[in-house]
Amino acid sequence: MASVEESPVQGKKGPGVKKAKKLSTRIDMTPFVDVILLLIIFFVFTTTMSSPTTMDLNMPKDTDKKDEETKIKQSGALNILLGKDDALFYYEGELDATASNFKSASFSEIRDVIINKKKDVMSRYVTDPACEAKAIAEKKSIDDACRQKDFFVVIKPTDDATYKNVVDILDEMTINKVARYALVKPFPTELDLVKVSEGAGATAPPATN
Amino acid sequence: MSSRKVVKSVPVMDMTPFVDVTLLILMFFIMATKFKPPEPVPIKTPNSVSSQPMPDNNAVVIGIDKDDKVYFTIQSEKDPQKAWDIIVRASEARGMPVPMELAKKYQSGDVIGFPFSQLQGYLKLPRDQALKAPQPGIPVKDSASSELFYWIGAAKQVFAGETLKYLIKGDNGSKYPAFAAVIDALKRNDEQKYNLVTMPESVPVGTDLYKERLGSERDVRSKKAAGSN
Repeated sequence: MASVEESPVQGKKGPGVKKAKKLSTRIDMTPFVDVILLLIIFFVFTTTMSSPTTMDLNMPKDTDKKDEETKIKQSGALNILLGKDDALFYYEGELDATASNFKSASFSEIRDVIINKKKDVMSRYVTDPACEAKAIAEKKSIDDACRQKDFFVVIKPTDDATYKNVVDILDEMTINKVARYALVKPFPTELDLVKVSEGAGATAPPATN
Repeated sequence: MSSRKVVKSVPVMDMTPFVDVTLLILMFFIMATKFKPPEPVPIKTPNSVSSQPMPDNNAVVIGIDKDDKVYFTIQSEKDPQKAWDIIVRASEARGMPVPMELAKKYQSGDVIGFPFSQLQGYLKLPRDQALKAPQPGIPVKDSASSELFYWIGAAKQVFAGETLKYLIKGDNGSKYPAFAAVIDALKRNDEQKYNLVTMPESVPVGTDLYKERLGSERDVRSKKAAGSN
């Protein structure tokens, strides 16, 4: 306490008393800001905001017995073949003898094909009270369980298709809410048609299998 | 001359608010950053509209890179013993046993891309070298000699009674036959449910799924509104 009392004496202003130099309390922030901005830039670039997601894929059990195989109605079937370089081929129902219903499409076009086929199948739906009652009891949507029950998409990736193509087409099933679809091996006749359609007729290597 | 004296202002700006905000942003990014574990094989996954988060425990990841090489990763951070058991069992089933001491060098999340014949050599490597070692991939092409079959079988045994997710993480450029071979190995182990690892993507406007998601969001909102009133 005593020392505090004494201090004012020193601060007395007079002609011979030198003024104590007042130091500024400001600090230059610039280098600090520089470093922080660098850190921010570093973190912005290293951050991966979207964490990976997963999508479900259920495969049927392989069976040799004919009666255990899932039966699909040809009228509601849509076959999609995945070819080389993101090319897609599709046909509805059964393949014609002349392959006149074998068409090619791109990934941007296939959505309309799926939607149209789905609409077509759903428009042919005859009210099935038993099925609707079951759907309500199981809390499923009537659209999925009954109206499109004849609609079946068969996805047939050829050996030239990439994994991305497969995921994209499976995603298309989710996007268009297709309830029934399967990944199936293409038939040799279909593979031949794909080869011909890909325009590789002259350079096509002989079929290995 | 001039009647007025020009006031010279020193161009000093108060940086404090700016620094405050930048520090906040910095903190946000530090918190949000989750560093990726070093990946010896880069895999760029396709996009999908799926929104399920990827599980990071009790899962095995089957990776397929752009050259169609297959890798196996065990994710069991909570119980590393399980991963070691899988290695020991799988190698025993194949007839090229790896002793437990060596298997213990495996850490959850490490990528295995070696045939069983080279597995011991890989596990003997010091860790920094092991992460950089070029991996030839697990043989899957031929279903008779598919070694992935043993890996999945061992994982299934070790995780018996618990949920085990099979994650398939394929590269955009990998070809379908590699994926079919992986599915074949899983099917031979009687496993029919898998998850494909993808990156999120927005749902195309106007599609059925878009309408459904929009509808369910509106339901939630209207329920909330009803609750608050």
